[in-house]
Parts: sequence; C-alpha cells; structure tokens
Amino acid sequence: MTVFEKSVSGRIGFKLPESGVRFEKMDIPEHLVRTRKLGLPELSEVDVVRHYTELASRNYSVDKGFYPLGSCTMKYNPKVNEYLASLEGFTEIHPYQPVESVQGALQLMYELKKALCEITGMDEMTLQPAAGAHGELTGMLIVRAYHLSRNDAKRTIALVPDSAHGTNPASAAMAGFEVVELKSTKEGLLDVEELKRHLNERVAVLMLTNPNTLGLFEKDILEIAKLVHEAGALLYYDGANLNAIMGRFRPGDMGFDIVHLNLHKTFSAPHGMGGPGSGPVGVKQFLARFLPVPLVRKSDDGSYYLDYDLPDSIGRMRSFYGNFAVLVKAYSYILTMGKDGLKHASEMAVLNANYLRKLLSKYFRMASDRTCMHEFVVDGSEFVKKTGVRILDVAKRLLDHGVHAPTIYFPLIVHEAMMIEPTETESKQTLDRFAEIVGKIVEEAMNNPDLVKNAPYTTPVRRLDDVTATKNPIYRYR
Amino acid sequence: MLRTIGVDSIDDLYRDVPMTVHELNLPNGLDEFSVMKKIKSIAQKNAVIEKEKVFMGAGIYVHHVPYVVKAMASKPEFVTAYTPYQAEVSQGTLQALFEYQTMICELTGMEVANSSMYDGASALAEAVLMAHRINGGKKVLMSEAVHPEYVQTCKTYAQGFGLNFVPVPVDESGATDMEALSKLVSEDSCAVVVQQPNFFGVIEDLKRVREIAKDTIFIVVAEPISLSLLEPPGSFGADIVVGDGQPLGITPNFGGPTVGFFATLEKHVRKMPGRIIGQTKDAEGRTGYVMILQTREQHIRREKATSNICTNHALMALVNAIYMSLMGPEGLREVARRSYANAHYFAEKLKEKGFKLRFKGPFFNEFVFFVDENYPLRSKKLFEEGFLAPLPLEWFDRKYKGLALACATEVNTKESIDQMVLALERGAR
Repeated sequence: MTVFEKSVSGRIGFKLPESGVRFEKMDIPEHLVRTRKLGLPELSEVDVVRHYTELASRNYSVDKGFYPLGSCTMKYNPKVNEYLASLEGFTEIHPYQPVESVQGALQLMYELKKALCEITGMDEMTLQPAAGAHGELTGMLIVRAYHLSRNDAKRTIALVPDSAHGTNPASAAMAGFEVVELKSTKEGLLDVEELKRHLNERVAVLMLTNPNTLGLFEKDILEIAKLVHEAGALLYYDGANLNAIMGRFRPGDMGFDIVHLNLHKTFSAPHGMGGPGSGPVGVKQFLARFLPVPLVRKSDDGSYYLDYDLPDSIGRMRSFYGNFAVLVKAYSYILTMGKDGLKHASEMAVLNANYLRKLLSKYFRMASDRTCMHEFVVDGSEFVKKTGVRILDVAKRLLDHGVHAPTIYFPLIVHEAMMIEPTETESKQTLDRFAEIVGKIVEEAMNNPDLVKNAPYTTPVRRLDDVTATKNPIYRYR
Repeated sequence: MLRTIGVDSIDDLYRDVPMTVHELNLPNGLDEFSVMKKIKSIAQKNAVIEKEKVFMGAGIYVHHVPYVVKAMASKPEFVTAYTPYQAEVSQGTLQALFEYQTMICELTGMEVANSSMYDGASALAEAVLMAHRINGGKKVLMSEAVHPEYVQTCKTYAQGFGLNFVPVPVDESGATDMEALSKLVSEDSCAVVVQQPNFFGVIEDLKRVREIAKDTIFIVVAEPISLSLLEPPGSFGADIVVGDGQPLGITPNFGGPTVGFFATLEKHVRKMPGRIIGQTKDAEGRTGYVMILQTREQHIRREKATSNICTNHALMALVNAIYMSLMGPEGLREVARRSYANAHYFAEKLKEKGFKLRFKGPFFNEFVFFVDENYPLRSKKLFEEGFLAPLPLEWFDRKYKGLALACATEVNTKESIDQMVLALERGAR
C-alpha cells in the first residue's frame, strides 16, 4: 500500500510550539495564493514509522548480505562513520557562516584533500562534485579549459574504451566533446595499436579506468600514458576501481593528469539507495588553476579558508562546497585504516576476487584468462547456449538464495556478462557459500531450466514487468 | 586461498602492474576511540548558533527537523542499499522514491518528477540543458534574481554547449522586470528562468512570466515550503520546475548533501535527466515498482544520454518524503505561515527602528534591507554574540554593497526576533 492510501483526512504527525507572532493573511496578489489542492499524505507519527519500517523490510542491503556488484565496491559501511557525520558541529552549520566559525569543517576538508592527494599521487583537489559522474564532468571541463588556454581549439575528441562505464562517454559529451570509442583487444584490454591509430592533434583526452571494467590491470599503462602525452592530449582516470590498488599504487605515478574518486565506493561511505555520494577530482599542479571554486586552503598562520580567487576556474559544479557529510565518513575511514589498512584492504579485495573467480570457473567461462584485480567478469554465453537460461535468470534465482546478484550485462563488450566484485570485507566463508549457491543454480539450469527462468520466488515480489512499465508509464500515484 | 588460486603470494596477483609499491605518506590506522576523539574535537571547532537566532537563508534554511525523520532515514536497509538494479529486492527503495516523485508533482503542480538530482543548482543547470535539447535554442534568459551560485553552475554546465546567458534585471519591486523580459524574448530564446520566491525573497508573478515567455521553455526554481501557500508553477504552465529539497527535513550540513528536485510535463519526459520510477505488476499481478525509461540514461545511451547522472541523492529524497509524510499539507502550510509571519514581523520591527527595505514587492520569508558599509564586519561580531545575522549581499557581488538578506522561519520566536533587531540597531548606531 502506498503512503497515500494510508492517509486519513485531518490526521497530523507534528506539533509546533506556540507562536508569539500571529499570521494574518498573505499580502500578495490573489492569483498567486495557492488554491490548488496539495495532495500530500496525512498520517500520524506512528503511521509514518510503520510505513517506512515496512518499506525497509522489503529492501536488500549490505547490512543484510553479500552484494557483489562489479565496480560498485559494496564494502561494509562502518557504523561509527554514520555517527560522526551526524555530530551537530557538522550538521547544523550554515555554509555562509563566518569562516572563523567553521574552521573544523574546513580543517576536515583540507586534511581529507591532502590524504586523497597522497593516495592518488595528485597535487591539488576539489571536493565539490557530488558523485563520480559529476567528477567526470568536472574533469572533462578541465580538459576543455586546459586546451583552450593553450589556444588549441582543435581538440574536440575524447577517446573512450568500449569497455568504459556509460558515464564516461556521457560526461565527455556533456562537456562538448565528440566521443570516439576504442575497440578493446580480445583479452579485454586497451588496444595500444588501436590507440595509436586514433591519436592525433584533434584528441583532447583519453579516459581510462585502471583496472578496467573487466577487472584487468592495463599492463601497458606507462606506454599508453607516454603516447597520449606525446600526442598533446591529457589522460583521465576514472577512479571507480581504485579499490584494487589503493595504498599500493597511485594513478598519479602512472601518468594520469586528472583523477576522480568515488567516496561512496572505495572510501566506505554508504550508497544510500543510489546516493548521496561524493566524487572528488584531483589534478596535477599544471591543471590546478582550472579547478572549480572555491578551493579549501590553509594560510601561513594555520587557519583555513575558502579560496575564490581562481580566475581560470571552470566555475561551479553545484551550490556550496561539496557533500560534506559524505566527506566526514571518508575522512573517518582513512583515519581508521591508515596507510597499512588501506594497502591491506586493496590486497584483500584482489585476493577475494581471484579466489572467487577460481571457484566460479568450475561453472562458467571467464571473460579473460588473465589474473584479475578486485573484480572479474563471467562470460555467460556458453552457459546460455547450453541451457537456454539467461544470465538475467541466474541473477533472479540468486535473489531466492538471499544474496544480491552481481552486475549483469555490463561491460557491454562481453556477452551475457556478470561482473563480480566481492570487496575485502567479505570472508572466505561468504565466498565459499556464494560459489556453492552458483553451483546449485547452474545445476538447476541444466536439469530444470524453467525453475530458473521464472525466478525469483521468495522475494517480496515476483519478477517485475519492466517492459510494460516503460511502454505504459505510470509516473506517480493517483 | 592463495593455494586455490595457484599463486604463492599476494604480490603474484599484482604481477601485471609495471610499478613498484608506493608506501603512502600517511599515518598508520587508528583505533575507534582515537578516531572518534579526533573527529569530535574537529566538530567542536565549528560554532553552532541556536536555531531561533538564525536569520540567514540564501539557499540553506534552518527549520525544525522532527526526530522521526532522522530515525527512519537512518535505517540501514535504506542507508546501505544500492541503486535498485534488482527491483525485486529493492521495493522499499523503489516505492519510497515513487511516492517521493508523487509528492514533488503535488508540490510543484507538474506531471512527472525524477527521483532526485544532486542539488537545486545542478538541477537548474540540467533543466537549462534539457531546454536546449528540446528546442535547440542558445539564448537563456536568466533573471538576476536567481541565486548567484545557481547561475554560476548553469554557466559552468553550459560551457560544452555554447549557450549564451542573458541577464534579466529586477525592477523596483524586487521581482524580475517584465518589460525588460518581454523585450528580450525572441524566436531563438532557449529558456526563461525565474526563481520563486526569488533570491531577494520577492514573490514573482509566474502568470506574467508565462505570458511573456510565449513558446520558450519556462523554467522555475522553486522553494518547496513556500509552495504550500503559493500557487505552484505547474498551474501557470511552467515547463520545468526544479529546486532544492533541503528545507524539507534536511539539516544545513554545511551545504551538502542536500537534494535537487526536478519535475516536468509528460510531453517533455523523454528529454528529462535522472532516474524515473514507474509502477508495474509482478508475475503474480502484485503492484510493484521499477526504474523506467532507462533508454534516456547513460548506461544505455552513453554519449547520447539525456545526462551523465548515475548516482543521485536518493537517500536525501527519502528524507524529503518522510518529512512530507509526517508534516502533510497542513504541516507544510503551518511552517510556511509561521515563516512568512516571522519574516514580516522582523521586517516591521526593523522599519520601526529606522531600517529601510530595499524592495517594494511582496516577499515570503526573506527580504533585503539597507545596511551601512560596516555591516559585513559587524555581522561577524553579531555572530560572537550568538546570532547568525542577515547575510551581507556584497559578498556575492560588489553591486549589492550596502544590502543584507534577512530570513526567518518557524524556529525563530518573537523574543529572538526582538533581540536580533535590537542587536542590529545597536551596531548601526
């Protein structure tokens, strides 16, 4: 039942204090006063609590179980971070308060920025973008500004591997670039010859994820960086897969000029049903002047301030300074993990992925024979041919077993793909159990395919019809 | 595990990496007690003003947030869930967002809303890009009474599209100058953008703007609490309505995360950015919810997508939905009435003390008044006295020198307003 159907006219869930100021009528033109009905629900407080408690009970979450979505890095979200981000000294401050009164907030942002620069090997950073894609757009606008500042208006092309996450080409297009896709090698890596063929004086940037979306480390990265720079272009790092190398290797040392991070992936901030996240963007010094305003800086006397004096800045990506509450969580995570913990986390992420990959090779072909990093991709095409059961069906059947399905049908260059990222916060026992479940489902697919094709059975709803939903859309309750 | 994989050490797994390990120049990890101690001490370096003594708005508004809102929104089934890619195990998320979309439609008077953007500024920027997608126009008529940071964000986003932003001045009433606007609207106009109430607190005549905008895409940036008392933009034929949902149950959070709402007409839906939740049925005929119209989005259309947005601000949209469910239409109206009444009482008391309001037009819960040249410095002193005083506007632009933007909400009291007025008078003498 929707919250609207639980509404009872006249019921309220609030009480405001007595007011010493009386409200007469509004002194505004008649036609601007609202007469249109405001159809919000009318519920008592206990009704609201029950409604949202009921909704929560129909949700899967990291707290509930294994959530191996590739490239999403569904690691455990430390509870203490939630507490710290909710401290009044953080939640009740207005962004336009005198800067002297928010030195704590600015200190946190500055120290976080410094730590993230150290982790990525970059020189300066903005914490303003609200998500990875937002960071990508920021980065692409910086690329654009950089070339224009050199009076080079010819560079209108962004090179993007065909394995890239959809936000890469979308962000490049939003920044005004023409997107040219590079075909990957059969192994799923960037094709260096293909890159050479495409590099010319019209290319502004190459966007790379490393390890890539197949979970493979781009072993030719040093040569790739050299080629890109020799061609006069910039190299952009999509940091979604940083969890594989964090604390061990740095994109800044590989030749990347611009980097974005996903604090809601690598740095343990929770995903919140799809956000809010945070997508800081780090750059090498020569690009720092293009960063969005304002930048958080520390003056000689040790106090912190917001620097708006960036005449070459690309501008603003949103109002105010960034998703501060999310920054607090990432800051807490970095303090807790430290240099040893961060390195250990990425090593365990890689170990877990390789272990699970080995277990699952019993049942599925892998998209690549190479050692994977923190994630790997299953190629389900043979399985589909043999059983007639699709990867989508396998995903739905996994739900019946109380685990969340991995990412499916991505990357686009693998057929019937399943992208699996266990993360470092899963135990061997969880991985063994997951492999067992997969084995069971494969058996079902071979002996009783219809069982799998009609899954799920035990979830709060059976398989949902998203085709009709899009054909005859119902956007709201009536 | 290493044996199962077939390697001798973790280092073997990294053999494809042509680099040496870089030891981070960071301290080792701390225990929880120490982390909490350090971060709490950082939080204590921030000064929090008592809510009733906050008289500053300008895009972030201090309202009372009922505890239930935080309690429900902190549920780990919401907080640690992901984007609802597997709809069957994400019905909590999907239904909550479907209900949120409905509530935004009700507030704004529009036909379809998405399930959130990052904030009001980026939502406005995306609205402008959407208008450009609809009509190909390049000239954006942007009222000077739109929040300066929102305008700046639009210009940043528009760099890749070569759009031209033409400012429309305000007249003596403090509202957008309709005469000036009518002279600027032309065949090649992409969009007309006004804010309601506007950055100076003044209430715009949306009916007039729609008439003047003719066939141009009409975009309104709306403050959600005021929409409970003001006729919504949808009633006047707005094409797109965006805004920031921060006043609906979200604490200031030093400016983020807040949440952007985005609503439009069905005829424009295919050009709309962001995720949309739709209603459907499952294999047994039960009502359920799924993401729909995904062919607009980046994971399918890539460089041809309506936007690059992937992660949005879903959890903050949930906060909005919980707040609106709890407060209901009457709660929002009561908050709005008190905000209006308190702001007008504040203005009256200031006038009694000899202060002058800058604009003649009707205002909602913010207004601009004249201050002397020392005010910016003095407002810092007022902070030390425990007030978050009206915002000196010259901070945004030197042309606003000598002006301050005052705000009041339902949390201010007669007493705290009287005290603020006295403190302002004291300083001005």
